[in-house]
Amino acid sequence: MASETGGARVIGHLSDDPIRVEELLRAGSSADGAVTVFIGRVRDHNHGRPVIRLHYEAYGEMAERELAAILDETAGRWTLSHLEAVHRTGTLELGELSVAIVVAAPHRAAAYEASRHVIEEIKRRLPIWKREEYADGETEWVGPVPSEA
Amino acid sequence: MTVTILLFAVYRELADTASLDLELPADATVRDAMDRLRSLPGLGCLPAEPTVAVNREYSSLGRDLKPGDEIALIPAVAGG
Repeated sequence: MASETGGARVIGHLSDDPIRVEELLRAGSSADGAVTVFIGRVRDHNHGRPVIRLHYEAYGEMAERELAAILDETAGRWTLSHLEAVHRTGTLELGELSVAIVVAAPHRAAAYEASRHVIEEIKRRLPIWKREEYADGETEWVGPVPSEA
Repeated sequence: MTVTILLFAVYRELADTASLDLELPADATVRDAMDRLRSLPGLGCLPAEPTVAVNREYSSLGRDLKPGDEIALIPAVAGG
């Protein structure tokens, strides 16, 4: 979905398909002296345990709505011309892109700060869950998991 | 009234279903729905203050429910 917030073009969505960064790099215009790209990738370890792939599950409708809210808040707080975030769902192999955030702005400070804000809010609020698959064949949901009392 | 419960990730696996309907009194709150859920197979471990969303927005447990509300249990998120 795309919208205009505080003069910025705002786009956020989930994707079952691989994220193509080249397409995201067309963001902004010649008025923008700064473009930041943050990429999150599937890491081959977590807390010292070898990871071989992972699976993202999302509450799709809510995640898209929450992502739009994060982006709108961000576009209202910094002077940006383009703000775009994509988060993957489904099965991802090592090195695959899990999230990409592209910000175009007249000046770098706003682009960096907005980018950092978006990733931190995604981690805090987006209803997306990650199941890691380990080299020993086990799988686990990441984060505190309730246990039988 | 009837409300719908959505279960994701670890909760979906514990309950062995992605969604279920609950029949609740007309004056029920989200907390009442959680108390009812704890009596179902696999969900006895539901924390005292679980994170929930009602109709796709984060919600407090004290919120009054309406017929047809969609209540999602949100386990610890791990996006990014």
